[in-house]
Amino acid sequence: MIIVALYAATVEANQYGKITASFWVPAAILGVLFLGLHLVVRFTAPYADPVLIPAVALINGLGVGFLRRIDIARAITKKLPEPGIFSGIGGRQLAWTLGALILAAILLVVVRDHKVVSRYAYTLGLVGIVLVMIPAVLPASLSEINGAKLWIKLGGFSIQPGEFAKLALVSFFAFYLVRKREVLSLASRRFLGIDFPRGRDLGPVVTVWLLSLLVLVFEKDLGTALLYFGLFVVTLYVATERASWLIIGLLMFFGGVYLAYVLGASVGGPFANFYDRASIWLDPFAPQFVNAEGYQLVQSLLGLGTGGLFGTGPGAGSPGLVPEVHSDFIFAGMGEEIGLFGLSALLVVYLLIVERGLRAAILVRDSFGKLVAGGMAFTLGLQVFVILGGITGLIPLTGQTTPFLSAGGSSLMANWLLVAMLLRISDAARSPAAGGPAGPAGPKQPPAQLHGAMTEVIKP
Amino acid sequence: MNAPLRKAGVVIFVLFGLLFANLNWVQAYKADAYRTNDHNGRVRVAEYKIPRGVIEVDGQAVAESKATDDTYKYLRTYPKKQVYAPILGYKGVNLAETGIERSENEFLSGASDKLFADRVSAMFTGDQSGGGNVVLSIKPKAQETAWKQMTNNERGVEKGSAVAIDPRTGAIQAMVSMPSYDPNPLASHDTEAAAAAYKKLNEDKGKPLLNRATSETYPPGSTFKVIVSAAALKAGKTQSSEIQAGSEYVAPGSGAPIHNAEAETCPGSQVTLKEALTESCNTGFARLGVELGADKIKKEAQDWGFEQDDLTVGDLSDGGGLSVAASRTGAIQNPDGTTDQAALAQSSIGQKDVRMTTMQGALMAATVANGGKQMRPYLVQQQLSPDRRPIYNANPKELRTPISSDVATDLKEMMFSVVKNGTGQRAQIDGYEVGGKTGTAQNAEGADPHGWFIGFAFNDKGEAVSAVCVMLENVSGGHASAEAARISGLIMKAAAGGGGD
Repeated sequence: MIIVALYAATVEANQYGKITASFWVPAAILGVLFLGLHLVVRFTAPYADPVLIPAVALINGLGVGFLRRIDIARAITKKLPEPGIFSGIGGRQLAWTLGALILAAILLVVVRDHKVVSRYAYTLGLVGIVLVMIPAVLPASLSEINGAKLWIKLGGFSIQPGEFAKLALVSFFAFYLVRKREVLSLASRRFLGIDFPRGRDLGPVVTVWLLSLLVLVFEKDLGTALLYFGLFVVTLYVATERASWLIIGLLMFFGGVYLAYVLGASVGGPFANFYDRASIWLDPFAPQFVNAEGYQLVQSLLGLGTGGLFGTGPGAGSPGLVPEVHSDFIFAGMGEEIGLFGLSALLVVYLLIVERGLRAAILVRDSFGKLVAGGMAFTLGLQVFVILGGITGLIPLTGQTTPFLSAGGSSLMANWLLVAMLLRISDAARSPAAGGPAGPAGPKQPPAQLHGAMTEVIKP
Repeated sequence: MNAPLRKAGVVIFVLFGLLFANLNWVQAYKADAYRTNDHNGRVRVAEYKIPRGVIEVDGQAVAESKATDDTYKYLRTYPKKQVYAPILGYKGVNLAETGIERSENEFLSGASDKLFADRVSAMFTGDQSGGGNVVLSIKPKAQETAWKQMTNNERGVEKGSAVAIDPRTGAIQAMVSMPSYDPNPLASHDTEAAAAAYKKLNEDKGKPLLNRATSETYPPGSTFKVIVSAAALKAGKTQSSEIQAGSEYVAPGSGAPIHNAEAETCPGSQVTLKEALTESCNTGFARLGVELGADKIKKEAQDWGFEQDDLTVGDLSDGGGLSVAASRTGAIQNPDGTTDQAALAQSSIGQKDVRMTTMQGALMAATVANGGKQMRPYLVQQQLSPDRRPIYNANPKELRTPISSDVATDLKEMMFSVVKNGTGQRAQIDGYEVGGKTGTAQNAEGADPHGWFIGFAFNDKGEAVSAVCVMLENVSGGHASAEAARISGLIMKAAAGGGGD
């Protein structure tokens, strides 16, 4: 929180030329909120991973600080007074954080054992699929923003159901795979030295593959499709320990994407959007794109480039030149001001969160918990990769929010729920086992985990 | 299930590694390219953070930066609008700069090495260092007169240009191109409005963005006879040498017969060289040209600056400035390489393929007035640091010496005669002795001829105070050069400090 407060102070110093008396207020509010969540965790999940909350809080806090910085810059250009604590995008983000933290706390309080979730797996799966499909079936006027149909818009309010669907689908996949893993991993035919599953067992995989391609085509969004599909393939792989699933999955996905690209080039229609994005990615500075469809990416790259190694300093850049800087392109906006070093630090924090999540998955003792935690952590990492890769020109750009950083209630709430779930599972993983001496210090544990375990659980 | 989870962890690690590698590529390796990319709006914002230097004439700002509260902190304004636009050009947010704004850009923006010391001292004192200031050699009175007389000419001509030079130094005293444009909308911070304004000007049939004084060439007509006269004088003829004339001349070979402008012009079979120039005798000069031969004519024209395609008018120290298009004589050859006598006859009276800029015309007049020495023309008189300390003062340079002072004296006397007794009488001004040469140039079938006048003025102390060239396109109503001569006289008078209108 001190970092967040310092960030806010630097922003004001650079924007106003002085530091206002209230610079510390958002940081303090966030500090209290996170402390509150920490207390909830202490009481409901005392063994939860202590790294997760501070890491996520740091990113969330910087996000609020950056959004507030954009508000301040906008207020200065329009000659308005300094924006209030809860006004503007930054203020709303602060309010959303409050809401998200309360939701996370509720989840922790209500779900005392993550295995309870598996009872509602089919309900969750259905809800997940419905949530994914809603924007696709809704008319564009109610669901389309910037060419991607990912929203449900009601009045001035819009939610991204896909963010929540992610959670529901992970839980469903985990449950489904725990039940089917024997069949999927054992019944197979050998071909070219690789074990391939039986044809009829391919059914669900093909279904999900089709679903993600439908998302790609009808919601015009590659990132979401990649996310769902990656999520599914990884949980499948983790459950069955079969590399063949990975190979099949990757081949199918990239084959599908390439097909969409070719179709977009020749047929157009619903595939055209993807084809355009891929062409922009290949050469954003091409004359036909640079001031048109490729403008976002070009400005994002220019912003990042201007930042260079050390950045211009918080508040001293011109992130206003990057379109959508408060949502999809927040990383580019921050990159200009905190530079390569700052961004690398942020990347490391994200990596830390993801790896701690996977760690919880490894440590937890039940299959369902492993799959849920592994799937969620992997999804989080994949989402960070998809959006950051997109705005830095590594992969074709797709509309994804940057977890915990971007403005937007849906994303923030969903990702905090995800963290709450990880906290719950890590608690289960790290608590001394109730049923006997199977704790971390037990003989079955590999030494590597002993090495990384926290001191409080190692008791003589 | 732990092994695949570990592998998933490795995959995430690899993906983040890719992100990190790519960030290095974008933010470190490509950073400089992106930072200075044309599409990067920050470059412009930074450029507009300091006030760009003032361009001034005689203590009066003609381009200045006014503080605003936009994203771009300073707005470039041009208080004199059309009058100075062809010289200054413009500096737009989204449009490439032109004119002096382009050639002096480094100095005006403060990025020039010459201002290094100022930047360093500004860093220590904490002052905001601005750009350097540029003082032009233009005399505001001459410029205003030229603009006013050109645009309000008596024949309703819409296009033309005028240049006045100090023959002794090469300092440009006035430079007008008509029609002109208002540079202010082009410098607008509203980039779309600026682009629209540019598009409109660029598509305008009158080509207002073209500087006709330096960038356009026209058939020079009889003004070219000065060069033929110089060639003849060098070849041993004198002012009083008799040359063949007549009312009609058909060059050896073929071609349309050459006539004189008026029946009373040199009807006799012989006329003196001085007389021929005074009356602008076409048949005499056509014969003279054929007699001298194409090589001599071409050589003479080159001696005076024809065919030079890299002349710039701006700053003498590093050669930047408005580039001057090359004036040309054309090949004057048949396809088999022999001299085309008909073309030679036509070229000797400034027709056929001969083309000349207004700047070249003024240089020719200045050369004669300066005793044969052609001074390199320049526009930038002084460069001042942001705190108005002189950094550079124009140090006049000789560009070339096409004729000896004897030939120059002969030509001068012949040209005085033109204004005193001949075709250029309307250029006479009180208190100065004026010499010159008129030109009326056919340019297209059925179109009105262009009117030219090149000339110079000496004050009562015998100093060459100004040399001028006025060019009017497609002058209706006959005697096309008379109006050019009248305007030339007024410009020279104003340039010499002898009253405005």
